[in-house]
Amino acid sequence: MTKKILILLFILIPIKANALIEVDITRGNLNPLPLAVSPLSIDEESRKGFEKILKKENIGSEISNIVENNLRTSGLFNPLDKKAFLQAPDIANLKPRFEDWNLIKAQALITGKVNYVDDKLRVEFRLWDVLAAKEMMALAFTTVPNNWRRVGHIISDKVYERLTGEKGYFDTRIIYVSEEGPKTQRIKKLAIMDQDGANNKFLTLGNELVLTPRFNPASQMVTYLSYFKNMPRVYLLDIETGTQEVVGDFPGMTFAPRFSPDGKKIIMSFAKDGKSDIYTMDLENRIVEKITNHPSIDTSPSYSPDGKYITFNSDRSGYQQIYVMKNDGSDVKRISFGNGLYGTPVWSPRGDLIAFTKLHKGKFYIGVMRTDGSGERLLTENYYQEAPSWSPNGRVLIFYRETKTNSKGEGFSAKLWSIDLTGYNEREIKTPTDASDPSWSSLLSN
Amino acid sequence: MRLNKILKNTLLVLMACLALTACATKKEVSNVQGQMQGDVYTGTDTVEYLADGVPDRVFFATNESILTTASRETLRAQAGWLRKNPSINVVLEGHADERGTREYNLALGERRANAAKDYLMTYGISSDRITVLSYGKERPVDSGSNPLAWSKNRRSVTVKAN
Repeated sequence: MTKKILILLFILIPIKANALIEVDITRGNLNPLPLAVSPLSIDEESRKGFEKILKKENIGSEISNIVENNLRTSGLFNPLDKKAFLQAPDIANLKPRFEDWNLIKAQALITGKVNYVDDKLRVEFRLWDVLAAKEMMALAFTTVPNNWRRVGHIISDKVYERLTGEKGYFDTRIIYVSEEGPKTQRIKKLAIMDQDGANNKFLTLGNELVLTPRFNPASQMVTYLSYFKNMPRVYLLDIETGTQEVVGDFPGMTFAPRFSPDGKKIIMSFAKDGKSDIYTMDLENRIVEKITNHPSIDTSPSYSPDGKYITFNSDRSGYQQIYVMKNDGSDVKRISFGNGLYGTPVWSPRGDLIAFTKLHKGKFYIGVMRTDGSGERLLTENYYQEAPSWSPNGRVLIFYRETKTNSKGEGFSAKLWSIDLTGYNEREIKTPTDASDPSWSSLLSN
Repeated sequence: MRLNKILKNTLLVLMACLALTACATKKEVSNVQGQMQGDVYTGTDTVEYLADGVPDRVFFATNESILTTASRETLRAQAGWLRKNPSINVVLEGHADERGTREYNLALGERRANAAKDYLMTYGISSDRITVLSYGKERPVDSGSNPLAWSKNRRSVTVKAN
């Protein structure tokens, strides 16, 4: 489906070790850092070269728009209006006049240059600390011109990492379920897009119902549920080649699939005779193991990032609650004890938190708790929302939200939303159709 | 005096509020009346018939898969019809309402359809003739976001497979 992407990364100037500006992302950020993203400068010859191939008038501006948009949506940065910029992009990239940038209250400045070299796109960029009047970072990339959007995402990730001390999440994709049609007869298709909503593609045609796609954290594989031939089964899909296969040979419905952190196993539920238990299948030797064995519904399993533990939800207490167990199914402990029902636990990639959906008094919440169930924090409340998925750096959750219909049953919609771990910066992620069941990929480049 | 007046006004507003809530509750009840018992749907609005006197579906309480007396009656009628028509096989399609997480609801739909299947089997229908298929909350019959709509959607529907 998607081209293998080769990005060559050269470090031009080593990152300086002295501490300059820093953005604290552990708390809700009500004062995003003002920064200036100067358009990447481009000479006329290169501009024309790219215009011919990419049909973009000025690829330098396009790339800096991507950077600016990413940094703004993170909620941590406030990119300033370009109209206020006094210095021309090409001169700024050589040596910024820090007084000018200081004057418009920019604390950080991003400059850069784009060149068309041997049919390739060469981009260099620099991050400057305006107050300290120092360069913080300088990098250059060479890649095929079609990768221009990814270059923008990689620059965003590098800037985010340099300023916050944590890895970014911009050079990533979201797989989700696209929804159309009336609520009683929804047409659902697998769809994939860049994290910022660009490059949306449909991966299935909508002939059969598909649900809950999840990325393999270690490759471009996806696991999901398909009602192909009216038999709900877990499938494996290679999004590079489009090949797919059913996972395991179960005499009934398999569902709720997810990969192990190393990508070598699929963990899922198998429903039989009114009971749902959790199973794993090793993708190399195809060995199936039964992990839980209980007459209740055990489902929505998710591994801890070290693979040693599994969190899942079960109604063995009478109601849907969250449990943690060892990866062999031993040592099962209930961890959710608040009021209401708890479901869809997902272990944070940082290992310290579990995100969940909670239903209490007719409202749905997305929340997080520590892995022992303590420190429950509800991030957002709504009529209906569920199924959080973590950004690869464990800072942001993406989930879906459905609206209430009116008395005639009209007005239904399903949309993707994201929220910062702090509970701030809640925003809708625009999709061409209605959307649900989002899953966030790992960083495509590291 | 002034305080008195304020108090009086507040009281009036309060009374008006109470009157309004009373009305709203009454209306709700009359809408639902005769169609729900507890939160189990007892109406006939969405029900289709496999044969004369053989309804195709049974309904469930929230988060439950227990068969009500009415459901058992329906299933006994279905078992009688299946005995009379030994060449017919059926799919039991289990469903949940929209007020639950997708994956749990898939399991719940399976559990509901199995409750119906078990009952048909105790009335002599071979499990070979029955396939269970859960749709979770994916195929509601009523797109409303209210208790009555949800009660119609919590169901197991017996569908002819051949």
